Amino acid sequence: MNMLAALGAAVVGALQHMGKTALFFVLVLRAVPGALRRPSLLVTELYAIGVLSLVIILISGAFVGLVLGLQGYNILSKFSATESLGVIVALSLVRELGPVVTALLFAGRAGSSITAEIALMKTTEQLSAMEMMAVDPIKRVIAPRFIAALIAVPLLTAMFNVVGIASGYLIGGVVLGVDAAAYWEQIVRQVDFSDDIVNGIVKSVAFGVLAGLIAVFEGYNATPTSLGMSRATTRTVVITSLAVLGMDFILTAMMFGN
Amino acid sequence: MNTHRTVEILVGAFVAVGIAALFILSIQMSNFGSTSVKGYEITARFDNVGGLTERSPVKLAGLTIGRVTDIQIDPETFEAVATLRIDGRYNNLPRDTIASIYTAGLLGEQFIELSPGADEAVLGHGDQLMLTQSAVILERIISQFLFDKAAE
Repeated sequence: MNMLAALGAAVVGALQHMGKTALFFVLVLRAVPGALRRPSLLVTELYAIGVLSLVIILISGAFVGLVLGLQGYNILSKFSATESLGVIVALSLVRELGPVVTALLFAGRAGSSITAEIALMKTTEQLSAMEMMAVDPIKRVIAPRFIAALIAVPLLTAMFNVVGIASGYLIGGVVLGVDAAAYWEQIVRQVDFSDDIVNGIVKSVAFGVLAGLIAVFEGYNATPTSLGMSRATTRTVVITSLAVLGMDFILTAMMFGN
Repeated sequence: MNTHRTVEILVGAFVAVGIAALFILSIQMSNFGSTSVKGYEITARFDNVGGLTERSPVKLAGLTIGRVTDIQIDPETFEAVATLRIDGRYNNLPRDTIASIYTAGLLGEQFIELSPGADEAVLGHGDQLMLTQSAVILERIISQFLFDKAAE
């Protein structure tokens, strides 16, 4: 009986957490226009979470492209269809791997740091001090970080995709000897603008909203102790990863399920 | 002040490179533009379209000159009516052009191959192809072959 109660409590707790996150989303959205009027804050945040995430995103993109090129070549050579290597690499990246892997890396690299920063501000009562001075912390601290994540994730995804496709060509065309013209020609022929590229961008925007929202909420909602901070940071990475993968399934089912 | 300027420049470069990447993806690595080719539409009736789908290529002499934009069932004759959008540059196809459904390779996608006839009149927007050849269904050929064998 106790176990049943614990299960119920866990489910109710998770639902409450989701509800709180959704309510916080409304608060953040309301603060967005005000934050947009202070572009210098936005620039600072874009630097911290966008520019500084570039290295990990680009290197990961290159390795994912290399692996896709190798694996794809391995399978395709059995059907002597290696000309389609470009399509396999490009479609896997644009539709799935680009948005998802970028969002997961972003959660680990930038989401965790956003949460830690805001949680520390809360722990050291900087947020309360702002309220004291009639500065709305949601407008001043939360919204710029959320917008920066929303802008950074799609841009990082696009770069991830381009680097991945280029490094797929590097391994396929240069090392394994797939015909270069066929590689690019097949990509242009088979990758559809509205079905693949636009859907990939829609996915990455959705993941940007999720990653940004969860990171700022967990920081804002953290228990103001050192233990609470560390828990909040962990939760950001875990929840963002799960949310991104779950959302990816829903979006994929809606876009390609038919 | 100086460091802030560096940050601004780096962020500007980040956004510019990101948008450039989006452009490269959209324009260099997809069929962007080729779907909105200006052209004219013709229809063709088939008994069976096999694996033909919307966006399947329409080829002339092996080169893609258009795409299938729509496939519907004619409610009266129960035939499949495919709408083909042909690139406007190829506006001199004869009236008696034949449309056949072929498969690229053994397992590849299906496409429509146009074989021009000898008519003087040319196809225009809204015209219908008179002569078509349906998709080859492998099972049908195999069963035919088996029946022929059994008859011997």
